[in-house]
Amino acid sequence: MTTPDELCGLRLEGTTLTLAGELTIYTAAALKDRMLSAISELPAVDINLADVLEIDTAGLQLLLMAKQDAAHQQRSLQFTMPSPAVKELIDLYRLSDLLS
Amino acid sequence: MNLDFALPTFLEECRELLQGMEESLLQLETDPTNQEAIASVFRAAHTVKGSAGLFGLDRIVAFTHVVENVLDRVREGELLIDERLGALLLQSGDYLTILLDNVHGELEEAQTTHGKELQEQLQAFLKKTEAESWHISLRFDLDIFRSGMDPASFLHYLETLGEITSLKTVWTLPGGAEMDPESCYLGVELRFQSEATKEAIFDVFAFIHENSLIHILPPSSKAADYISLIQLLPEDDLLLGEILVKIGTLTQAELEEGLALQRQVPLNEEGRPPYLGDILVTSQMVQQPVVEAALEKQVKAQETRNRDSKLIRVDSDKLDQLINLVGELVIAGANTSMIAGAAGITDLVESASVLTRLVEQVRDNVLQLRMVQIGATFSRFQRLARDVSQDLGKDIDLVISGGDTELDKSVVDKIGDPLTHLLRNAMDHGIERVEERKARGKSGKGTVKLNAYHDSGCIVIEVCDDGGGLNRDRLLKKGLEKGLVQPNQTLSDREVFNLIFEPGFSTADTISNLSGRGVGMDVVRRDITALRGTIEIESEEGIGSTFRIRLPLTLSIIDGFLVEIGNASYVAPLDLVVECVDLSELDRESLLERNYLNLRGEVLPFIRLRELFGQHNDKVRRENILVVRFGGKKAGLLVDELQGEIQTVIKPLGRIFERLRGIGGSTILGNGKVALILDVPALIERAISREYFQSSHV
Repeated sequence: MTTPDELCGLRLEGTTLTLAGELTIYTAAALKDRMLSAISELPAVDINLADVLEIDTAGLQLLLMAKQDAAHQQRSLQFTMPSPAVKELIDLYRLSDLLS
Repeated sequence: MNLDFALPTFLEECRELLQGMEESLLQLETDPTNQEAIASVFRAAHTVKGSAGLFGLDRIVAFTHVVENVLDRVREGELLIDERLGALLLQSGDYLTILLDNVHGELEEAQTTHGKELQEQLQAFLKKTEAESWHISLRFDLDIFRSGMDPASFLHYLETLGEITSLKTVWTLPGGAEMDPESCYLGVELRFQSEATKEAIFDVFAFIHENSLIHILPPSSKAADYISLIQLLPEDDLLLGEILVKIGTLTQAELEEGLALQRQVPLNEEGRPPYLGDILVTSQMVQQPVVEAALEKQVKAQETRNRDSKLIRVDSDKLDQLINLVGELVIAGANTSMIAGAAGITDLVESASVLTRLVEQVRDNVLQLRMVQIGATFSRFQRLARDVSQDLGKDIDLVISGGDTELDKSVVDKIGDPLTHLLRNAMDHGIERVEERKARGKSGKGTVKLNAYHDSGCIVIEVCDDGGGLNRDRLLKKGLEKGLVQPNQTLSDREVFNLIFEPGFSTADTISNLSGRGVGMDVVRRDITALRGTIEIESEEGIGSTFRIRLPLTLSIIDGFLVEIGNASYVAPLDLVVECVDLSELDRESLLERNYLNLRGEVLPFIRLRELFGQHNDKVRRENILVVRFGGKKAGLLVDELQGEIQTVIKPLGRIFERLRGIGGSTILGNGKVALILDVPALIERAISREYFQSSHV
């Protein structure tokens, strides 16, 4: 059985956090805390989404959460290199601002 | 094939359909999504069109066709019956009535022009404009992910039915620790262009109706509807307003105006803005009233079904003929009984008695046939109330009760005009303007009540208003001015109020085109007197007024009490007779000095009918008092002999005798003699009036 951790990987290199795999309801819970703790130390961070193969609304919500959280703590947070799946969902919800 | 013979039936049925259509349209004014009412309106137009086609009535077919097309779109959910469309449809119904009335003739130019205008306005609703978009507001349920659904799939599905022209995602995410990644905190406001029906759009969200907040506003929604939506939704009003402007639902100007307006208009009892009715809401908020309305409809539908299935159309002339015949039967029966009694043959007397009983039963049944419920007349007044309160700019509620009270059809036909006038009066002069009412501490909404019930052999119809009441002093002053009242006369409140029934009397400061010219109330009283009824007024300044009409239950056959005065016979309606009192010699002497009786401690005014009817000649052997009552008042009628109960048919007196006070008709007795029927209410009035008291001889 694949664990949520295996479904989505999180890699922090310098100020770039790379998410790879599924960003969905199945991995959302597991990802949330790891994401939050990974970025909480960094005053500025880029979240690379090139390897996000699958994303659903729950996953999108996580991205929104990350952005909101960073804003509250006056940190800078950018999403970069969205995969096609990510772009499609963001377009559906007309949230392209999120990517700028 | 010549269908002319069927034309009257067609016309009558069409009028009934149009009446039903009007009622449904009025219902839709407060409940615009009522499917049954919409179906009823559509059916009416459709049937009228079809039948008119059979008769080759092209004008009607053409006009109804346009109406039907518009109603078809309403039925499909593409159009909502808002204020404008509702008023237009009501006017269209009125126009159809005009067309029906002029089936054979030509219309006046003004009417034809009016018809063309209506048609154009109706056509405008049929045009599809490109800017027609639906507004859909979604707030997904917190547990939607846990239910195994993804909101995105609904948006995708929606896109298969049309185009999402603009969209804004909204969210209320709790911070860090509290945020549950498996809960959904998102919502969406979007504009959706589509040819799909309302049902189809609704169905997209079939699986999440129960727990998610879904609002779908059709293309015809007004700015006010969106303002209401904004206030309904959980987020900040201004924020939502901005969103709606951004996606093109509202203009900035509409938003600002709408919010400003909403702040002025008071919320209703539940704290909600008043325009809520137009929004199609699927959330749990509106369930209670919807359930109640549904129950009410069910009960009504059941009643209508029961009534319709057992009815049969009868020509009312045939019914009148039948009643006449029964009347003759009653007289002939009485004659037979009399002769049988005189002949003294026991078997014959018994047989005649059986005959009389049967005739009585036939009489009662036949009279019942002519009884109709007054409810139908009453509900027509709803339309009048709506139109008049709009014209006057007042807020008036018409409350109707006692609609199932039954009365003779001919009375129902003739009571319409006086009631209309009384209603207009109550709304125009009775109910004050909103500011005045508020200044007096009353609610801004005025109430006019229309009530009917049976009371001691009469039917009573009341028109009550909670308006300003009658001003006794102003009326008295006007009465003095017009010479109707003498300066030193003292009048009771009742007599002062009754002054308004005098011709040309009106204390209205402004004459509206509805009332105030002083030509109404005297006609009202005349109409009611013609029906052998009476009208009385109760009023309290600042509180309101009640106009009470009393009408006899039947017009033609009555049970009566026969009396003799001199050599003439008179009949008093039996249900107005309370008792008979025999007068001894002593009593008669003392009566000569007074005009009232002591009836077991009760003061009873009385009239010497002998004097009243001018029969002074004969010597009086015996005298009796017939105690009668009407409308809560009693009086004694001094007569000679009492002859007992009889059944008679009232024959109207000729027009020459119309003004006879005290006599209300004539009848033929079993022995062929003519007896006059006493107008008991008038006699009672006379007995207790001061005038009579004052002019008595001591």
